[in-house]
Amino acid sequence: MTITLSPRLLTAIVLPILLFSFPSRVSASPASSVPTPTLEQRVAYAEAERANADPSATGIAPAASPAHTGWMMVSAALVLFMTLPGLILFYGGLVRQKNVLSMAALCLGITALVAVIWWACGYSLVFGKSFAAEDASGLAHAASPFLGGTEFFFLKNVGAAPNTDYAFWIPQNVFCIFQLAFAIITPVLIFGASAERMKFTSVVVFAFLWFFIVYIPLTHMVWGSTGLLNGVWNPKALIPAIDFAGGMVVEMACGWSALVLCLILGRRKGFGREPMMPHSMVLASVGTGILWVGWYGFNAGSALAADGIAANAFLTTTLAGAVASLVWPLVEFLQRGKPSVLGFCSGAVAGLVGITPACGFVDAGGAVIVGAAASLISYVACTTIKRALRYDDTLDVFGVHGVSGTVGLILTGILATAAANPNLLGAPAGANGLKAALEAHGLWLVQCKAIGITLLLVLPATLLITLAVRQLVGLRPGGEIESQGLDIHDHGEEGYTLNG
Amino acid sequence: MKKIEAIIKPFKIEEVKDALSELGIEGMTVTEVKGFGRQKGHTEIYRGSEYTVDFLPKIKLEVILADSSVDSAIKAIVAAAKTGKIGDGKVFVLPVENAIRIRTEETGEQAV
Repeated sequence: MTITLSPRLLTAIVLPILLFSFPSRVSASPASSVPTPTLEQRVAYAEAERANADPSATGIAPAASPAHTGWMMVSAALVLFMTLPGLILFYGGLVRQKNVLSMAALCLGITALVAVIWWACGYSLVFGKSFAAEDASGLAHAASPFLGGTEFFFLKNVGAAPNTDYAFWIPQNVFCIFQLAFAIITPVLIFGASAERMKFTSVVVFAFLWFFIVYIPLTHMVWGSTGLLNGVWNPKALIPAIDFAGGMVVEMACGWSALVLCLILGRRKGFGREPMMPHSMVLASVGTGILWVGWYGFNAGSALAADGIAANAFLTTTLAGAVASLVWPLVEFLQRGKPSVLGFCSGAVAGLVGITPACGFVDAGGAVIVGAAASLISYVACTTIKRALRYDDTLDVFGVHGVSGTVGLILTGILATAAANPNLLGAPAGANGLKAALEAHGLWLVQCKAIGITLLLVLPATLLITLAVRQLVGLRPGGEIESQGLDIHDHGEEGYTLNG
Repeated sequence: MKKIEAIIKPFKIEEVKDALSELGIEGMTVTEVKGFGRQKGHTEIYRGSEYTVDFLPKIKLEVILADSSVDSAIKAIVAAAKTGKIGDGKVFVLPVENAIRIRTEETGEQAV
């Protein structure tokens, strides 16, 4: 399929982008009209900043805190670093040589695509709240647990002032780019399951549709201030679930979608007959290291502040990753006598996935349990279950992300403690029943309901998207292209050339 | 003139090269190759998927020699490359019709 870009078409694309990209007037600090604060108010304000608390009682408008903002900018970069180059290396190393560039292309391509969608409407539909406004229509009201609003389209009014629905002390544009990095990595992860046999055009069309139909509503439901499942922050959450850094939003979403996609896509040519080994465990293990380090931005950054909750998440992330990275190769060692490098890598990722929803809610002991359980259950999923069912999830996105993400969410419900995160007993949690569920040891049941809602969205939506993409542009390259490798056919390049 | 082609274990190449150098043999060509004979391959396991690797890495050494040097060179190669275990490799000897040194255009044994 070739699309020629005529000058007229180019103008049609570029002109609206230019029109919308003129700087919208971001309101400067309205401090001038407010009376000068007293010394007590200023001290209280400074203490609120240090504790990442609400400063509104002081009468001083919230503004960016250098400490919190600095950490969040680093975190945002760390999360993006997980995709570029973390997943390029991890996924690129695990496929065969002839497909290494196809993984690089989709990491880079989806990063660019999602960033533009995020700017145009994605951020607003997830983190806006205009649909819940009093003057909004009945239809918008009905949609507000599932979609945010239109007020931040083209990042209008997303400037240096904090959006206090989410964080008092970091600029909204930093929050926006931090969340963008999550929005990028989630669809990228899916295509580990379809690796080595899905056309690049199909990947792009799939990612586009999936982002709107699955990622945007799911993320609003879990993290949006008016979201259906946002137990910690939405007093009106119908199902007061907890997901600190994306067990539902990222891990379950990509993992279960990956399963549906690879089932419809079918197995690779020669699956089970030809050797399909990772072409470079060096690249894959370097990528794993980058993912682990990047995960600190992902998990500790999800506190949206440089506070004690972030520090606890940093610790639990480390412990879960470490325990899981011991358990997987230990089982291999006991079964076959050799702990593999891919075993260390897979265990680490499984543990980090498992701790993702839990990291800000559990203590060190909880993290060890989550890490061990996630690693063990993912090991069984990737070896025994996958072999028994003979589906071809190329890079085990379901086995690692889908399975460990779901396990982590349930364990979060069992192991969450207000000692690790006092917000579990905050005012919204009191209003929506989270506090009661936690105190009655019934939070795991709430988590299971949220998992059910997530599956109810993810599974049928991904099924329809995959079938639609198959109708629109097809899914797999025909003929011998798959045997020759996607790199030459889809990109006109080779990963490695002799005499280069 | 003869050509000696020796397929040997990769970690033996330095010893073989030194042994040939001691005989005054000044040039050789070495290629990384893969193959199998009686030494079967091994299995590799990636997340529970087992793959049999039939083709094992070997080194192919090629030397062209005057007839008079061939026997001693073969002895040197065999002695240096032997471990006594399966997979030590093989040595082949082939006749060579002519050789030309490109720089000087010398031919025959002068050129090797």
